[in-house]
Amino acid sequence: MLDLTQYTCLGAALRDALERFANEVCLIEADRDRENCRLTFAQFKQAALPLASALQEMGLREGDRAAIIMTNQSKWLISAYAIFYVGGVIVPLDYKLTAAEHLQLLAHSQARFLIVEYHLWRAIMAAPGFKDLKTEVVLVTEAPPKADLGQARRWEEAKSSAEPRFIMRQREDTACIVYSSGTGGRPKGCVLTHENYLEQCRSLTAWYPFWPGVRYLSILPTNHAIDFMVGFIGPFVCGACVVHLRTLRPEYIREAFTRYKITYMSLVPLVLKNLEKGLKAKFAELPPIRRAALNGLIAINRAFTRRRPNLTLSRQVLPQIHGAFGGELRALFVGGAFMEPATLQFFYDLGIPVANGYGLTEAGTAVTLNDFKPFRADTVGKPLPGMAVKILDPDAEGIGEVAVRSRTVMSHYLDDPELTADTIVDGWLMTGDLGRLDSTGHLQLFGRKKNMIVTEGGKNIYPEDIENVFEGLVAKEFCIFASNYLWPKSGLGKDELVIVLRLEQGQQLSDGLRNELVSRNRRLPDFKRVGGYVLWERDFPRTASLKIKRTVLAEEIARELPERDSAVVPL
Amino acid sequence: MRSSDQTLEEILALAATHFKVPREKLAPDDDFFQKLGIDSLQALELLTRLENHFHVELPDYELQGVSDFRTLADRIQARL
Repeated sequence: MLDLTQYTCLGAALRDALERFANEVCLIEADRDRENCRLTFAQFKQAALPLASALQEMGLREGDRAAIIMTNQSKWLISAYAIFYVGGVIVPLDYKLTAAEHLQLLAHSQARFLIVEYHLWRAIMAAPGFKDLKTEVVLVTEAPPKADLGQARRWEEAKSSAEPRFIMRQREDTACIVYSSGTGGRPKGCVLTHENYLEQCRSLTAWYPFWPGVRYLSILPTNHAIDFMVGFIGPFVCGACVVHLRTLRPEYIREAFTRYKITYMSLVPLVLKNLEKGLKAKFAELPPIRRAALNGLIAINRAFTRRRPNLTLSRQVLPQIHGAFGGELRALFVGGAFMEPATLQFFYDLGIPVANGYGLTEAGTAVTLNDFKPFRADTVGKPLPGMAVKILDPDAEGIGEVAVRSRTVMSHYLDDPELTADTIVDGWLMTGDLGRLDSTGHLQLFGRKKNMIVTEGGKNIYPEDIENVFEGLVAKEFCIFASNYLWPKSGLGKDELVIVLRLEQGQQLSDGLRNELVSRNRRLPDFKRVGGYVLWERDFPRTASLKIKRTVLAEEIARELPERDSAVVPL
Repeated sequence: MRSSDQTLEEILALAATHFKVPREKLAPDDDFFQKLGIDSLQALELLTRLENHFHVELPDYELQGVSDFRTLADRIQARL
């Protein structure tokens, strides 16, 4: 791989990678069972530089912000490289947000440029706030021939034959502004520098190196912090290949493993659990004798890999399992949310190590990762090289807030010095997560100090942001909390939102009110829905300006209703 | 060409078969995530089954923001 200590920006590192590994395949885009494109590093360069030149001609200057809203596909990476080449700052936005949220974040980030897929652009143009959009240049990919694009231009036609001028950036310059969530209320734009990314890449590849010939299967969109690093920067600077699959459908994911002989893949817990379910269903279909034989082989593999993985042995002991995954798979990466230890162990026993870790956008990507020396399913691994992790004010059991210091920690929150000062204190990032470091240096997580949840799909959700959906509810007052914020030690696996209701004097929770709760809940995307309600019989504590004192209320609820399961009524 | 009502009816029948629930328990405006107790990946599995039945191709993003059978039927009808 390239020696990243020699570089000051991602654009320069990527530029050298495209030269050095010119004849290696770097990018394959597949959609279901079709292959849309396959590019070598040299061809990738040929695709990106005319776009870079066009962006420069359209006025993209050093430090200008360019947003990308696209699903998981090759044009994301081509666009990103073109933006970096001309010195731009990328604002990767989650394509699953609503058009109103896209508009809000485009405004907040002050993006001058936008590269967006046609179906998403259509939704943005139809959104009420569209007329206020200040973004000057919009390039739309994959638009049908006669589509009305408004003022936008076609991405495919944004090419210039002039040689683009490479703009060198410094390590402290901003590379990306990544929104960690909070779109309904206070946008949290993490300003990440070139230094943050270069150091994160060094740190991750020190434990999990890529090399030419490695094939990384990408199913997460590149706006996802994990995929940006492990499915773009990491493989590219090492000469490896990224295989983009434009669908999340389990049957095509399974097929991609064998078709492309995948080496690594990142996924979110939801997908890993789906793979587990599929395998278990296959095992259950086996005749009893074959199932017993398989269990015996799994036991043998478990015994021989207790101390560390042994891929050669596992592939020989369990050839059918490894064959189903293409025979070249070395590890799966899972992050973004809590993963049940039993699922991790299930895969480990099959000889497929799942490197689970812990990370947050504010800290780059990953802070800790399992190093398999030995595998510890009950933890989120050890701090990666260059990461200092400490536990603040630990209680008698050693549990306290996790703080992180490293060269990967973001510079600041965009335009929010107050939130930045609360979050980065004396150089330490306050994660808001409660954890403990055990005697071997492994981190265990216990809950969140912050009122937020991370879904199985890896999305951060702040309860305050979705309260507006319930505005006008016929009750005296209400407040939404993350369940683990109220009952921190109830286990991260049960992370969900709950609505705390304070009814009017003499009011009962009628069927009408319950139906209203259910109906409003359905207006939210499924991953943002409230799981249950808690009836609270006192007025909420409020500040002088009548804001709910959430921390105080949360403490009161946890104290007076210590049993989560009896306090929460499912919706 | 199928009518919208036919499309909707066929979707409900296929969902009932696929997830092994009685057809009469499913209504057009039901939230299929809640009613069938499924996650987004299982919803995508259903989408594949519907594509095979209706001989159309629906990108994953067509399911974005859709959680009831009626809207799903509209999306499919638009591509028939």
